[in-house]
Parts: sequence; C-alpha cells; structure tokens
Amino acid sequence: DEAPRVPGFRTWRSVYIFVFGAFLLLVVALALFSRVFA
Amino acid sequence: MNALDWIVLLGTMLGIAAYGTWRTRHTDHLDTYLKGNRNTSWITIGISVAATQASAITFLSIPGQGFESGIGFVQNYFGLPLALIIVCAVFLPIYRRLGVYTAYEYLGNRFDQKTRLLGAIFFLLQRGVQSGITIYAPAIILSTVMDWPVKVTIILIGVVVVIYTVTGGSAAVNLTQKWQMGVIFGGMVTAFIVLVTKLPADSLHIAGALGKLEAVDFSFDPDKRYTFWTGLFGGLFLSLSYFGTDQSQVQRYIGGAALREGRLGLMFNALLKIPMQLFILLLGALVFVFYQFQPDTPVFFNRVEWQRYVDGPDGAKFRALEDKHAALHRDRQEKLRAWTAVRTGENAAAETAARTALLGAQKAVDDVRREAKAALTAANPRVNVKDSDYVFIGFIMTQLPHGIIGLLIAVMFAAALGSKAGELNALGTTTTIDLWRHFRPLAEHDEARNIRNAKGWTAFWGAFAILFAVFVSFEENLIEATNIIASLFYGVVLGIFLVAFFLKHVRGTAVFWSALGAEGLIIALFFLRNAFPALKFSYLWYNLIGCAACVVFSLLLQAVLGDRSRRTAATDA
Repeated sequence: DEAPRVPGFRTWRSVYIFVFGAFLLLVVALALFSRVFA
Repeated sequence: MNALDWIVLLGTMLGIAAYGTWRTRHTDHLDTYLKGNRNTSWITIGISVAATQASAITFLSIPGQGFESGIGFVQNYFGLPLALIIVCAVFLPIYRRLGVYTAYEYLGNRFDQKTRLLGAIFFLLQRGVQSGITIYAPAIILSTVMDWPVKVTIILIGVVVVIYTVTGGSAAVNLTQKWQMGVIFGGMVTAFIVLVTKLPADSLHIAGALGKLEAVDFSFDPDKRYTFWTGLFGGLFLSLSYFGTDQSQVQRYIGGAALREGRLGLMFNALLKIPMQLFILLLGALVFVFYQFQPDTPVFFNRVEWQRYVDGPDGAKFRALEDKHAALHRDRQEKLRAWTAVRTGENAAAETAARTALLGAQKAVDDVRREAKAALTAANPRVNVKDSDYVFIGFIMTQLPHGIIGLLIAVMFAAALGSKAGELNALGTTTTIDLWRHFRPLAEHDEARNIRNAKGWTAFWGAFAILFAVFVSFEENLIEATNIIASLFYGVVLGIFLVAFFLKHVRGTAVFWSALGAEGLIIALFFLRNAFPALKFSYLWYNLIGCAACVVFSLLLQAVLGDRSRRTAATDA
C-alpha cells in the first residue's frame, strides 16, 4: 500500500473489494438475465 | 468491398501505423523503448493490456461461439477479476520496486541465473511457436472471405506491425493500441446498432427460447465444458499465468508514471473484460436470431469452401443437403412464427407446445448442419469443418452497408496488429534482456547497443513469425496443437513465480529442478491421454496441475537439499 487517489477509495484493499463485488454482482445479474429470457 | 471500404480500411490500418512510427521515431532511451513513456497514464496501460489480449480471433471466433452455443462461454473469463487483483497486490509492486524490464529478470534476482533462463526460455518457446499462428489464423479467414491470397494478408499484417514495433518499441505499441482500440470499439458498436435495427422487438426472448442465453451454470457436472466453477478456478490459474508471468502482458503494465497507474490500468481490465466478452458473445447470439428471419441461410458458413464441393464431382449430394436444409429452415420459421404468436398469451399449454415444436425444428436444422459437415469430411478428411469462425465475417460481408464493411474489416486488422505488436515487443525484450545480456554482461551499460539489439531481436521475431506463417502448411489440428503446446508451459511458469513470492525458504536449485520435473509430468500426462481415457480432461486443468506440481516438488526438494546442506555444514565443522 501509494494510495489509489480514486474518489471514494482510501486504500487499495477497498478498490479490490469493490472490483470483486462488482464481479459477483455481474454473475447474479447474468443468472437473472438468463432466467428472464429463458 | 468497394472503393469506400478500401479507403476506410487502409486509412485506419496504415494511418495508425504511420502515426505511431512517426511519433516514436526518436525513441533513444532503453527505458522508453522497453517500458513506454514515463508519463504513461492508467487509461493507456488499461487499453494496452486489453488490446494485447484481444486478437483478431477474438472478434472472428467469439461471435461464432455465441452463434453456435450461446453466451455460456463468458464463464471462461470468471477467474480473470480475481487473478488481476492478485497481480495488482503481489506481482506488480515487486516488479516495479526492482525496476525489472522482464518478469524473468525478477526470477534471477530471487533465485539464480539458471532459473531466470528457464523462465525466459519457456516463454520464448511458447510465444515463438504461437507467433506464426497469431498471424496465420486471422489471415486464412480474412483471405477466404475477401478472396485474397493468404500470403498477401500474412505479409501485410506482418510487415506493418514490424515497422512500427521495431521503430518505437513499447512507446509505439502503447500509442497505436490506443487508436486501434478506438477503431475496434467504434466498429463493434456500429455493427451492433445495425444488427439491432434489423431485428424484431422480441429477439432476446427468441434467443432465450432457443437456448442461446444460458449465461451461468452452477452445476458440478465434469462433462459440461463451461460452468461457473471451471471458469472461476481453471480461469483463475490461466489468467494468473497470463497476466502475472507472460512478458507480453507484464511489459504493458510495468511502465507508467507510478505503481498506481499500473494498478488502475489492471483494475480497469478487471471491470471491463467480462462485459466486453459478453457484448461480443451477445452479438453472435443476435446474429443467430437475425438468420432465423432470413429467407435463406447457408448450411455451412464457410461459403467459399462449401461452393468448391457443390461445383465438384459429388455436387449432387451437396446440393441435396442444401435443399434439405432450406426446407427445414422454412419449417423452423413457421414454428418460430407460431411460438411468437402465443408467447405472451394466456394459454400456457399452447406456449409450451409451440416452444417444444420450435426446439424440435431447431434440432432438425442442427442435425442437417452436422450431416453437411460429415459429408465434407467424407469428401476430404483434411477439410476444416469448424465454420463458426465464418459466421460473423460472413454477416459483415453480406448484410452491412459499404463503408461499415471497411470499418469492420479494419477492426479485424486493428486487433491483429495490436495483439501482434505486444507479442513481438515482448519477444524482442526477453531475448535482449534475459538471453543476449546474459552472454554479453559487459554490454549492460551501453544504452545505444542495447536499443540496437532490442530492435534487431524484435525484427528477428517478426520475420520468424511471417516466414513461419507463410511456409508452414497449417492444418486445423496443427493450430490447435500449437495452442496446446502453449498451455503445457503456462502452469509450471506460474508455479515458479508463486514459489518465488510465497515460499521464501525455497532456493534456486530446488525450484529449477522441480520446474523441470513438473514440466516432465505435464508432458507425460499429455502423451498418456490416448492410452488412459481418465486423463482426457480439459486443457484448463493442465495449468492447475503444472502449477501445483511445481510448488509441491519445490517444497519436497528444498526439504531434502536443506537437510543435506545442513549435514554438510555440520560435517565441515
């Protein structure tokens, strides 16, 4: 841990958690998308 | 292709290459030549990482994958975000702090020179073998569709990329990749918009009913090719090897103004890559829907190849297959109209019956396409029956307006140039830094001589790739074989790096012999596949096995060597 200097993120750990959270959210969205159109 | 298409294609392809060459023609610092400009920002690094990974085959094959088997292929990329987080947290800070030019230089720092050479030679072997393929594979498809001699396409791609990559090194690669990604993004979005305007409103429901939108499969069935779990774990090891230890990627992010820029560039990719692949797959699934409404669709999408057999001595058999396919296609259209008429109605039983009839009609069309491929194989056992690579390019050439055709062909060439440039740049750098310097240690501080050599080795690998692609007569199974050869090395190289980062007590001799042992195990598993059916698992798992074997062997061998050296020390005392 240079700080990320991204608004809303104070540490790199918070950036990594955000990115992995976004991935999990995308998986849930994809699963729902498949169910809606299946 | 008309005059407008040619202007768009040559204007973008040669214009970007000429601009990159001119802007970086005075690159005379080794640091800039090998790592790019010192003020490179995270967005340039992020685009460069994406452009190196996205080859022409990405834009030719992946829409075909979406057309053929739907968007489930996206699961292959599920390991990528976690892999990039690990690269950001562990790999990148160490590379930056040591100021290395190549990933293998770090191995020399952490272990010894023989382990560094082993890592560099593994990389040069796998990338060198693949370098001919990365030009040949898109060239054969583009040449077939546009009726060009394949050698002209190979030489055109090869010479253009060698000129600007040799001239400006990493600085030129970064600069041109930014513009090439602009062309790719603009072209793909344009194709998507044109396609959507040609589709009915309920296209997604039609794609879903025909099984093209099954994105995530959480089952543990080992017979299924793409599931959430194989994507997450198999994909994690593949992505970790590729982004963490493959110099063609490492070179993209170790430059930059600061550690922060490299990290943000990689996080940009962690967020962007899956949606980008999903977009390309969805494009393919929607092309599938588009063809449902066309009066006639090809029974085999490599139309040039198919026509050769229709005009041949067995032409009657192939024409009969065309007629059979046309009749089944018309039947499917009727079933589709019947299903869309009752889809939103109150009668659930009628909807179920109509959907079952539609799926039956779809299966009949799939069966006749399989029959057509079997007929081609019977006529010529060496024919390439994988026609899904021709689906999207065929759609471009027959369904898009002039000007946009030129733009989409420019997308394919931009992707071929961008990924090839990153690869050549890395091959030239690794040969210079890890091999040439190893045998010429006194030349390390002669900057001009280092740049001359880096340019020379980049040109050598460019010429090697062009000649390999022009003179080696590739067959489909040879292309697959070279891709398999690459996957045989990846896991072991990752194992060496994981030992370096996490097992501080393991020394160079232990990891060197363990890596060779693990590589021997992987090659043995590969050659025993045919004798033992139980060993016929997906190539994705070779990465995991190679990596795990290298780590376990290193721990065991270090324990033995450690004991021996302690006993020797005690005896000496």
